[in-house]
Amino acid sequence: MDTPAHHELGSGQETGEFIGRSVPRLEDPPLVRGEGRFAGDVNFPHQLHMRVVRAQVAHGRIVAVDTDTARAMPGVVAVWTGADVADIPPIPYRATALKGLDPYCQPILAQEKVRYVGEPVAAVFATDPYLAEDAAEMVGVEIEPLPALLDASAEPGEFSEGHSTEPAVIRKGYGDVEQAFAAAHAIVELDLSIGRHSGVPLECRGAIGRYDAAHDVLEMYGGAKKNHWNRDEMAKMLGRSPSRLHVYGDHVGGGFGVRGELYPEDVLVCLAAYRLRRPVKWIEDRREHLMATNHSRQQRHKIEAAVDADGRLLGIRNRIYHDNGAYVRTHGARVADMAAGLLLGPYRVPAYSVAAHYRLTNKTPCGTYRSPGRYETTFVRERLMDAIAQRLELDPIEVRRRNLIHKDEMPYARPVDALGTDVILDSGDYAGLLEKSLNRIGWEQARAEAARRKAAGELVGLGIAMFVEKSGLGPSDGVRLTVDTTGAVELVTGAASVGQGMETVLAQICADGLGIDYRRVRVVHSRTDLIEFGNGAHASRVTVMSGSATQIATRKLREQARQIGAEMLGVDVGEVDMAQGCVFRVDRPNERRIGLDEIARYVHASSRTVGRRTPGLRAEGWFYSDHMNYPYGVHIAQVCIDPGTGLVKVERYLVAYDVGRAVNPMLIEGQIVGGLAQGIGGALYEAFTYDESGQPLNTTFADYLLVTAKEMPERIDVMITEDAPSPLNPLGLKGAGEGGTNAVGAAIAAAVDDALDSPGFVKELPITPISILAHLEARQAGS
Amino acid sequence: MSKREITLSINGTQYAVVVEPRKTLVDALRDDCGLTGVHVGCEHGVCGACTVLVDDQPVRSCLMFAVQAQGAQIRTVEGLAHDGRLTALQQAFMEHHALQCGFCTAGFLMLATNVLEQTPDISDEDLLDVLSSNLCRCTGYKNIVAAVRSVRDAIR
Repeated sequence: MDTPAHHELGSGQETGEFIGRSVPRLEDPPLVRGEGRFAGDVNFPHQLHMRVVRAQVAHGRIVAVDTDTARAMPGVVAVWTGADVADIPPIPYRATALKGLDPYCQPILAQEKVRYVGEPVAAVFATDPYLAEDAAEMVGVEIEPLPALLDASAEPGEFSEGHSTEPAVIRKGYGDVEQAFAAAHAIVELDLSIGRHSGVPLECRGAIGRYDAAHDVLEMYGGAKKNHWNRDEMAKMLGRSPSRLHVYGDHVGGGFGVRGELYPEDVLVCLAAYRLRRPVKWIEDRREHLMATNHSRQQRHKIEAAVDADGRLLGIRNRIYHDNGAYVRTHGARVADMAAGLLLGPYRVPAYSVAAHYRLTNKTPCGTYRSPGRYETTFVRERLMDAIAQRLELDPIEVRRRNLIHKDEMPYARPVDALGTDVILDSGDYAGLLEKSLNRIGWEQARAEAARRKAAGELVGLGIAMFVEKSGLGPSDGVRLTVDTTGAVELVTGAASVGQGMETVLAQICADGLGIDYRRVRVVHSRTDLIEFGNGAHASRVTVMSGSATQIATRKLREQARQIGAEMLGVDVGEVDMAQGCVFRVDRPNERRIGLDEIARYVHASSRTVGRRTPGLRAEGWFYSDHMNYPYGVHIAQVCIDPGTGLVKVERYLVAYDVGRAVNPMLIEGQIVGGLAQGIGGALYEAFTYDESGQPLNTTFADYLLVTAKEMPERIDVMITEDAPSPLNPLGLKGAGEGGTNAVGAAIAAAVDDALDSPGFVKELPITPISILAHLEARQAGS
Repeated sequence: MSKREITLSINGTQYAVVVEPRKTLVDALRDDCGLTGVHVGCEHGVCGACTVLVDDQPVRSCLMFAVQAQGAQIRTVEGLAHDGRLTALQQAFMEHHALQCGFCTAGFLMLATNVLEQTPDISDEDLLDVLSSNLCRCTGYKNIVAAVRSVRDAIR
């Protein structure tokens, strides 16, 4: 891990003092002192503790739930079953173009049927968390088992009367696919599967509901990702107006897509706080987390490519069996939709058709996990490119070069949509980054070294994968800036923090625009009571959306400061400028410099100078975006396989990533290396598996294996480039949250194939030691 | 369950608390002593987010009962900084961007504080071994390892 970070930062862009600099994070001091405030740290006097009783069978009809014993236990205040919350509608979903998923949404406590192990069946409220857990054990749940459906590529069954377990088939495509296949020199077919993984943040979920009767406002603490949407939808579910329900987010122990969605427990604590008139705290335990928080990723692709004799793609047919688990959750069909719409990545594909079978099974419901739909489809697409190379006996890199969309073709409108927006690749030099990556790692030399070690008997291999990410999902985000009388700036945003460093990044952008120290900017987020709208933290959107809004607000604030400063100097606004947080006369820059503090005091509501204007030095900026933007990258992995154990050691890894414009390279690299760790987990270690009756087999950290420091490659190199700024926002920003994860499964699969000299060996993620050992044994038996 | 009166010595301060014998040390630290810098990550001794030092040994405080810690010297993340001054390790974590969400940080800080106190000349390999006993889901560990190494190298 010694390789120093190197950032290839583009030149010729206007950079202030902070944008582009790896300044330390504003978030860190309380966190290293143990002074953070996570959900578990939130307490209110006289609070109750909720414990959820969960289904222990994967599918069945609820015969009876006996709560009498539990209710009689000391400290128990209430025990609820489905009947107690039958008036609360199921949790809704954020619709894409696909509608009609309502019959599949999850109730906050099971009604009539349970559909996965871990589904909430009852809730116990007690004065102490230990007592709540004791009482939960005494709730008798009688369930008549039904057959469990566990394979999404099997025939669909019945979800409920009149509703099949296949809520939708998402079809997209363009061009003449039949013609492409008829004219093909070769057709390459693959059947590939991705395992069931999840974000698994180190902090389990938590939610604290509190009803403030004095002010008639219901509050939920523990918000993370989608605070405003959750507030609005929960208000509807509970029959309140949104202004009487607020969500508060404090520190969040990791998000990764799964945390901060609207879950049954969030609604339960709010409802209970209102009904029981006491604060209600719920903290998930790890076992619950592994079977109740969203899973993701699991899907199977049957894919075929038609190619010409040079390996150029003529057309792709893609059939997806997407396993969404037991219910439609807040994402609706987004992951399947993205998988269908974004599979083609950086390549020119004249004709494409996809059918994504969006299916429900009796497993934990699914949502997004870092690089959703892309980790999966990059694995599939890059496997396909390798298979084409193999079939035509071409170099895999050459096959990629021949198919890459050229930078001169940008912006490149692909006639498909994803997440309800047309896929228009906004900018990119894919071939350029490929060459830079090969140079960076010393590809030929690395190949030669691998060959030398192979000749000496080691199982060493190299793999490469290319990808296009997406980021900056709209539609909007806003930032409000207020300067106080000491010149400190408060920045309120509707975005959220999940630990990624957004406070620092927004402060950097704001500070640059005003010429002040970024530490003078305090970023306030995750509070629905302080800003009316917000779209939260997901989809690598915060830097792009809220960063752009910050820039807009900062410009307005600067303009306002100049106006007032000019008035204070007694000159026309055209005669003043602003730098280092001070307004001054252009012709006498060293004479009188008026700081933001002075200006804020000048227009304070109780100052003599405010006149009749709206008081305060403040500005609001909103950024809107109809389209996502598309960062891109290259991953190169070097692995070595232990022939005795079948274990894959990732020895060396390069992530090259074009981020358009890097606000804080240190944080981007942090995102990438962290994402890489999760990608390695998905490629080699992590999988939620089930037995034939639908019992989850990975409900502890002894069974669901997270990567530790030891599994990380010894040599990690991150190359951040700024070759293709996004034309869709003024700073040229693209998101950085997911590029470290996207292509890891693909690159490691290629490297394992290479190490085993078995092209096409990897058809499934994660790649298990047992599958490698079986392959080695079969090969030995055959030789 | 009947409660017991115990005294816990934490960061040099005595805390008299009344707990059930089954109460874990981490819950007692957080709920009864108000030391919420220690975190609960898995409650089965794998993740290490709850690592504290008990008589100079790193301990998973989710696997120890509070009553077992009576008479021992307990150190938590709140006791690292003195007079508001951060330790070299806390400083290094910030400088090397060794934390993102910060949830695992206290556990890593306690683990690393202990290893550098006990084995200041620890080799890279052994250090990696020690640091792989805790989980972090954000950073990919690279910067955590770099931060701890930098402090070790400065001590040397």
